[in-house]
Amino acid sequence: MQVSVPFAPDQASTYSGEVDALYGFLWALTIGVGAVLTILIIYFAVKYRRRTEDEIPKAVEGSLKLEVVWTVIPFFIAMGIFTWGASIYYKRYSPPSEALDVYVVAKQWMWKFQHLDGQREINELHIPVGRKIKLTMTTEDVIHSLFVPAFRLKMDVVPGKYSSIWFQPTEAGRYHLFCAEYCGTSHSGMIGWIDVMEPSEYQSWLSGGSGEALAASGEKLFQQLGCVTCHRSDGQGRGPILEGLFGKEAALQGGQKVTADEAYVRESILNPKAKVVEGYQPIMPTFQGLVTEEQLLQLVAYVKSIGKTQTGTNPAGASPSPPNKMGAAAVPTGPPQTGRSGGAEAKKPR
Amino acid sequence: MESEVQNKAPRTHYINARYGLKSWLFTIDHKRIALLYLASITFFFFLGGLFAVLIRLELLTPKGDLVQAETYNRFFTMHGVVMVFFFLIPAIPATLGNFLIPLMIGARDLAFPRLNLLSWYIYVVGAVFTLIAIVGGGVDTGWTFYTPYSTTYSNGNVLLTGIGIFITGFSSILTGLNFIVTIHTMRAPGLSWFRLPLFVWSHYATSLIMVLGTPVIAITILLLAFERIAHVGIFDPKLGGDPVLFQHLFWFYSHPAVYIMVLPAMGVISELVANMTRKNIFGYKFVALASIAIAIFGFLVWGHHMFVSTQSVYAGMIFSILSYAVAIPSAVKTFNWTATLYKGSISYNTPMLYAFGFIGFFIIGGMTGLFLAALGLDIHVHDTYFVVAHFHYIMVGGTIMGYLGGLHYWWPKISGRMYPEGWARFAALVIFVGFNLTFFPQFLLGYQGMPRRYYAYPDEFQVLNVMSSAGASILGVGYLIPMVYLFWSMRYGPKAGSNPWGAFGLEWRTSSPPPTENFKVTPVVTWEAYEFSPVEETEVIDISTP
Ligand SMILES: [Cu+2]
Ligand SMILES: [Cu+2]
Repeated sequence: MQVSVPFAPDQASTYSGEVDALYGFLWALTIGVGAVLTILIIYFAVKYRRRTEDEIPKAVEGSLKLEVVWTVIPFFIAMGIFTWGASIYYKRYSPPSEALDVYVVAKQWMWKFQHLDGQREINELHIPVGRKIKLTMTTEDVIHSLFVPAFRLKMDVVPGKYSSIWFQPTEAGRYHLFCAEYCGTSHSGMIGWIDVMEPSEYQSWLSGGSGEALAASGEKLFQQLGCVTCHRSDGQGRGPILEGLFGKEAALQGGQKVTADEAYVRESILNPKAKVVEGYQPIMPTFQGLVTEEQLLQLVAYVKSIGKTQTGTNPAGASPSPPNKMGAAAVPTGPPQTGRSGGAEAKKPR
Repeated sequence: MESEVQNKAPRTHYINARYGLKSWLFTIDHKRIALLYLASITFFFFLGGLFAVLIRLELLTPKGDLVQAETYNRFFTMHGVVMVFFFLIPAIPATLGNFLIPLMIGARDLAFPRLNLLSWYIYVVGAVFTLIAIVGGGVDTGWTFYTPYSTTYSNGNVLLTGIGIFITGFSSILTGLNFIVTIHTMRAPGLSWFRLPLFVWSHYATSLIMVLGTPVIAITILLLAFERIAHVGIFDPKLGGDPVLFQHLFWFYSHPAVYIMVLPAMGVISELVANMTRKNIFGYKFVALASIAIAIFGFLVWGHHMFVSTQSVYAGMIFSILSYAVAIPSAVKTFNWTATLYKGSISYNTPMLYAFGFIGFFIIGGMTGLFLAALGLDIHVHDTYFVVAHFHYIMVGGTIMGYLGGLHYWWPKISGRMYPEGWARFAALVIFVGFNLTFFPQFLLGYQGMPRRYYAYPDEFQVLNVMSSAGASILGVGYLIPMVYLFWSMRYGPKAGSNPWGAFGLEWRTSSPPPTENFKVTPVVTWEAYEFSPVEETEVIDISTP
């Protein structure tokens, strides 16, 4: 539904019209209720004004009927507004699988964006018009909140976890990006721009960038940090196979299950003993303090990129092989980057 | 004032019963303690107001040019801390509630007079800590103290301010306890629950929140202090804590705290509407029980401050639906006040003007609450000036209209003198206009996208900010006028009789000002609340429902 209301920012995402429609409806309701009550009050105040100082009016008994009426009618109106608001809300937290991933790291007082293709930006984000975009966000220090009024979009960015939100820009243009959660001295300086570009422009912007794809950076880290010694693709490692894992359910020790999403990958790197896959020993050391938030996101992007890889064995410990004490010796010696599809796959926009 | 009263009326009342500073600082008379609170909260109101003036001055221009960003952040934090904890929360209960509850129920004093004095001292000690924190450089976390900023990153006087709030909280708990026991055990013979004035009902509901909610903020502050001093990981994820946990704990108290501020104001408005129309409140029982319903539901909606905080989507939905539930009893009250006007004898005296003003602010503040409780819309307006405008309409517009309306209405009882009616009406009008001009533009500003707690802002927000600052200057003048004439009237105002309004209620059946023991003989109540004339069974009402 497209409604435009006065004093509203640009309408530049699919949410803008929806939110404005509810906003417009609520103002209409407010003005309606306010007008009825104001007219009644003024009418009574004039008609029943005190005429003599010692006047005592007759008592008026209450009315159960009226009390019921003005309890029940507002109740149903309120439930209607609730349903309307909740339906808009629910959509935002169910990101479509085809959405383009952008990773966000906030810190006092700047916004850092990482694209899958490796472009990095500060306080400015370039995205193509019409594409669904999913932001996966975290912060290095305090809570911040990503706010783009033109998209009617806001989501807190909380240290120690990933928050995510998705949207679909509908109009090319340059829009304000604000930090909405108070975060210290330069809170009001933590602002930037969202550049929504026509797809062709966006393509040329992309190709102008340098640097390697996010997943490729992640893969390098995967090698450097030695992750690869245990998480081997041939199933002979001491840790679960990560190929084909992302987005699927993994069985945990104790019979619980977890969906292998960004948050789970993050937790497994920083706090590996929290959720151990069934059939494996809790031997992985923590990488807390050894990787930055940006590197973590690269690792996540890498794990995500190999998530579509088909492996012969069922991933995530459904048929684990016994822990291999000589895991390190069994590392394949070939050049790892060429052998995998991850980096290459991430380069083409899905 | 004392000498004149003594010359013309040698009658002894609570003010001239004893003299000297000591007689005030060691008094256990609830009426004198109410005046001690009145003086303290007036000081904090103007201190908090001073910070508001500085905020509005800085926001006149888009660039940050008056003070440094760090200073500005301290201004809005101190404005919030001072106004919320040292003015709005005690405003009505500690002054009017303290003064009137024993009078309204025909009692000599509160159940625990010494505890009442102790509550004031606790308030003062908490206030001193906070003042030291302010003088020593202030604090820059916002009054919400969100972690991990407050525990790990802020270099302001977080602990000192926290201790101040922690201590003051006990004043609130003890006052609530005192009211509950008093209302249960000290009602005059014949004064059954459903004969109580609605002011007493609303204070009963308020006291429940004070007693049950305040300990939670005390615990939260302690946890915050543990983390800040001892680096115990509770809220900071770097220490193994959860920052969102703090928000749950903080709002578990701080949302009900809004009802600590506004329920007493609703109680005042019920008194004003009934007595200024000389009629029984339409739907008395519904209005009385609505207070209790608000107090109970008020504890179940804290998560509506956290719709974009990473709280679960389903939790968000439950908090949203419960927030709509708590709106219903508030709407019921408004409809009943309006219906009370029907066939009344409506006076346009200052207290009634404040009651009209309250209803106006409450409609706007209440209806915009529906915007914020709507999940999908809150995503956009959360943490913007829309929220700032909304809570000022309820907490400041509502509470101060109730407070000033009540102060004028009971002023003859408190001081024994009438205030100048013309000036008072003028001030009420100035406040109403100034308030709307200050805060209504902020709704539009918020929807346009201006985030709150911004020291500098993009140029397109300037026009509405200038309007808001202009309104604030009018509002400031509006608040100063009553200050002047109320002081003036204490000496020069015409003497008030025991019941200058022709009002109903036990407090008007004793002299003005009342004697220390309130009533010479314990009254026996044989009438219903606001029984100006007996209710006739056959009365037919024909107004259409709004
Ligand atoms: Cu910020
Ligand atoms: Cu709230």
